[in-house]
Amino acid sequence: MINKVVASVAEALADVKDGSTILVGGFGTAGLPNALIDGLIEQGAKDLVIVNNNAGNGYTGLAALLKTERVRKIICSFPRQTDSYVFDELFRDKKIELELVPQGNLAERIRAAGAGVGAFYTPTGYGTLLAEGKETREINGRQYVLEYPISGDVALICAHQGDRWGNLTYRKTARNFGPIMATAAKLAIAQVNEVVELGALDPEHVVTPGIFVQRIVQVGPNDPAKA
Amino acid sequence: MNKYTRDQIAARVAQDIPEGAYVNLGIGLPTLVANHLPKDREVVLHTENGLLGMGPAPAEGEEDWDLINAGKQAVTTLPGAAFFHHADSFAMMRGGHLDVCVLGAFQVAVNGDLANWHTGAPDAIPAVGGAMDLAIGAKQVFVMMDLLTKQGVSKLVERCSYPLTGVGCVSRVYTDVGVFDLRPQGVFVSDIVEGVTLDQLKSLTGLPLQQG
Repeated sequence: MINKVVASVAEALADVKDGSTILVGGFGTAGLPNALIDGLIEQGAKDLVIVNNNAGNGYTGLAALLKTERVRKIICSFPRQTDSYVFDELFRDKKIELELVPQGNLAERIRAAGAGVGAFYTPTGYGTLLAEGKETREINGRQYVLEYPISGDVALICAHQGDRWGNLTYRKTARNFGPIMATAAKLAIAQVNEVVELGALDPEHVVTPGIFVQRIVQVGPNDPAKA
Repeated sequence: MNKYTRDQIAARVAQDIPEGAYVNLGIGLPTLVANHLPKDREVVLHTENGLLGMGPAPAEGEEDWDLINAGKQAVTTLPGAAFFHHADSFAMMRGGHLDVCVLGAFQVAVNGDLANWHTGAPDAIPAVGGAMDLAIGAKQVFVMMDLLTKQGVSKLVERCSYPLTGVGCVSRVYTDVGVFDLRPQGVFVSDIVEGVTLDQLKSLTGLPLQQG
C-alpha cells in the first residue's frame, strides 16, 4: 500500500542532509510552510542553499531559519522588504550569499528542473545587470537570455488538502510556488492543513498529482498572518 | 508649480485601460489605478502571485492572509476569478497575454528603457521581483511617476543612469505634470497640467518635447 503520510514534521525531515538545496514555497508569508521550516530549524541541517521568492519576514518562519546562520546562500527575487530585518543584517555583514533572479525566471527555472528541460531562452532580463555574462541569442528578431534549471534536494511546500498518494490541493494565493517546487526536488515534502481519504479529492481538482510528492504531514491550518 | 494629485494621475491612467483588458498594476502608486476604473467597464486585474480577477481590499477583520496581492496586502476575489501557480502566472506575462501593465519608475528614457529596480548604490540591497518580466511581457507598459525627483531632477531622461529593468519597453509615462507618449519620432506631451507650458517642460527635462 502506498502511504506517503508521515506522523510528524520531525519524521518528515529526519534525513535532510547538510549542504542541501531546499526549495521553500511561499510568497511573503502566504504559502510559507511554517511548520516544516520550524522543523528544519529543530532538525539542525546546515550549510543550506534556500530557494524562495523572498528572504524572510519579521522574525519567524524563513527569517528564523536565516537567523540560525545555517543558510549559506539564498536564491530569490525580492529579498528587500520592509520587515526583512534578519536577511538585511546577514547580507550587510556578508554572512549570506545572494543570487538575485527575476521572479518569472525563478519560476521557470524551477519548472524547467521539474520538467526535465536542460535550459531555456527567455526575454526577461535581457540587457540588464541580471543577465550579465549569460549567453544570449536572437530568435525571430528578439533577444533572449539562456537560463538553467534550479532543482532541489528537498522541497518544502504548504498545501491545503492531501491524500496518502500525495495528491494535493492548495488554498487561494498560497498556491504560488508549491506546484512547481514539488516537481523540482528529489524529496518533496508537503505540510497540509488536512489529510483526506484516498478518493476524497475530485481528480478534476487535484493541482499537484501525487507522483511529484514523497511525504505529507498534517499540521492543521497554516497561519500565514503569524509567519 | 501646479501638479496633478496621485489620484488624478491614477484616474488618467484608468481612462486608457479599455473594456476587456487584462491588466497588472505594479506595487505602490499604480495600485491606485484600480480605484478609478469605471464601474461599467469589465477589466480583469492580474496579480503575479497567482490570481486573475482580483477584487478590492476586504473590510477590516475580514482579511484572509492566504489571499494577497503582489504587495502582500489582503485582497478579495471577484466572480470569475482564477488561482494559478507561479510558472503559469509568469507565462501570462512573458507569453504576451497581458494587455497592460502599469509600473512605477526611477527613470524612463526617451527610447522606452525602464529603470525601476535598483539605484545602483553600493550599499543598496537589490530586489527585482516581477518587474523585469512585466516590462518585457505586457503588450503595453505604462509608467506612473512624478516627473521630477525630490531634488528637482527629471526622471524622464535621454538615457537611464540607473541599472535597467527592461530595454525599450515603455510606451507611455503618466506624470504629475502631463502624459508623455514615447514614439519612434520623439516624445509627445499631452494633458499638461494647467499653468504649465510645453517650454517649461522642455526646460525641466532638457528634452526636445513635442506637443501631443
